Amino acid sequence: MSRGLKTAFAIARKDLRTELRTKESVNASASFALVILVLFSFAFNLERDEFYAISGGLLWLVYSFAGALIVNRSFSRELPNDCLDVLVASPAPGWAIFLGKAIAAFVLLIIVEAISLPIFGLFYDINWTNVFGPLVLIILLATWGITVVGAAFSAVIVNVRLRELMLPVLLYPILIPLLIAAMGSTTALLSGEPMAGDNMSYLRQLVGFDAIYTALALYMIEFVLVF
Amino acid sequence: MLAVEADRVWKYFGDYPALRGADLKVEKGSCLALLGRNGAGKTTFLRILANLSRPTKGEIRCSVGKNGIGYLGHGIGVYDDLSAMENLLLFGELMSVADPKKAAMEALDRVGLGRVKDGLAREFSRGMRQRLAVARAFLHRPEILLLDEPFTSLDDRAIAVLQALLKDALSSGATIVMSTHQIREAMELATDVALLERGKVVFAGPQTPEMVLDPGWLYRHYGESA
Repeated sequence: MSRGLKTAFAIARKDLRTELRTKESVNASASFALVILVLFSFAFNLERDEFYAISGGLLWLVYSFAGALIVNRSFSRELPNDCLDVLVASPAPGWAIFLGKAIAAFVLLIIVEAISLPIFGLFYDINWTNVFGPLVLIILLATWGITVVGAAFSAVIVNVRLRELMLPVLLYPILIPLLIAAMGSTTALLSGEPMAGDNMSYLRQLVGFDAIYTALALYMIEFVLVF
Repeated sequence: MLAVEADRVWKYFGDYPALRGADLKVEKGSCLALLGRNGAGKTTFLRILANLSRPTKGEIRCSVGKNGIGYLGHGIGVYDDLSAMENLLLFGELMSVADPKKAAMEALDRVGLGRVKDGLAREFSRGMRQRLAVARAFLHRPEILLLDEPFTSLDDRAIAVLQALLKDALSSGATIVMSTHQIREAMELATDVALLERGKVVFAGPQTPEMVLDPGWLYRHYGESA
C-alpha cells in the first residue's frame, strides 16, 4: 500500500476513534434521522402507492441533512489545539489528509443510515426482499458523493465563523444531481421497478458524480489547506 | 551550509503586508532567536517556513523536506480525545518514523509522560499537555526545528524539558529557528539573532555579549525607536 494511502487510513482511524469516544456527530445525526423518519410516518396518511412515490425523496432528504451534521465536523474537529496546522505541516500529502477525512465521514454516515434504514422499513412497511442489494449499492454510491463533497466544503469553510450555516448553503446546490439520481433510483426500486432502463441511467449518474467530485476534491485540496 | 534561506519574502493578508521583503539566512546547526514585537511578522514567517502558508512574493529554501521539519506553534497540536501514546503513534505515522511505537515511548519518557501514556490528553494538566506537544515536535528527530514562542505559558518543569531537548538537538547538528519574547531563555541557546520590525528583518547576525547582558539592547539599537 502506498505511503499516502497508509496515511489516509491512519487519519480515518483517528477520526473514527475520537468519534467513538465522543459520539458528537453520530448521536446528533442518528437522532435527527430517526426523529424525522418517525414523525413523517405520523404526519401524512398516505396510500401505499402515494408513499412509494415519495419514498426516495424522503429517505434522501433525511440522509443528506444527517450527512451535513457529520461532514461539518470533518475538518472543524482539527481546530482545537491547532491540530490542522500540525497535519498540514507534516509530510502527509493534502490528498491523503482529505481522503482520510472523507473515509471517516463516509463510515459514520453509513452507520447512521444502517441504524435508520430498518426504522424506515418498519414504519413505512417496506418489502425489500428483491431490492436490498441494488438499494445498498445506491446508498453506498450516494453516501460517498455526499461525504466527499461535504468534506471538501468542510475544509474550505473550516476557518469561517458561521460554518454551520455556510455548509448547507454551499453543499446542497452541488448535490442536486446526486440527490436527483439517488431519489429517483430509490423511489423506482421501492416501487418494484427493476434495475434497468432509466434506473441504470441514475446509477451511471451516481458513479459519474462520485468520480468527478472525488478527483476534483483530491486535486484542489492542496490549494485549500495552504494559502 | 544554509539550512534555511528566505529571499525577499513578502506576505500580504488582503492589503496588509505582514512581511515586507524579509531576507534571512540560517546556517545549518545554528540556533536563531527570531525577535520582534507583537505584529512584527514572526509567526507569519515561521508559518511560511513550516509550509503552512505561501509567500505572496519571494522564495523560501529549506535544506530538508517536510519530513525533516519539527514545528511547535501557538497551539499544542495534540488531540484531546486520544491518549498520549495514540497521539504520538499517529504523528509517528505521519512523519514516517521507522518504529513509531518505540519512538513514541522514548519521546514520552524523555518528557516525563511515560507513566501516563494511556491517559487521554484532555485529562492532562496544562504543563503535561505542553510536554506532550514538545514530545510530538521532537518525535522524528527533525533536522530543522521551528518553534513559535515555545516558552510561553510553560511551567518551569516544561521549560527545563524543552531546554534540554533543544540542547540535545543542537549538539546533534539540528538547526533551530525560534521566535520568542523570552529573550533570556532564548539567549541561553541562541547562536544567532534576527530582529523583525514591521515585516522587515532589521538585524541578523551572531549573538553578542551585549545582547546577553541587556535583553533590550537590540531593540534600542536596531528597533523602531533606534
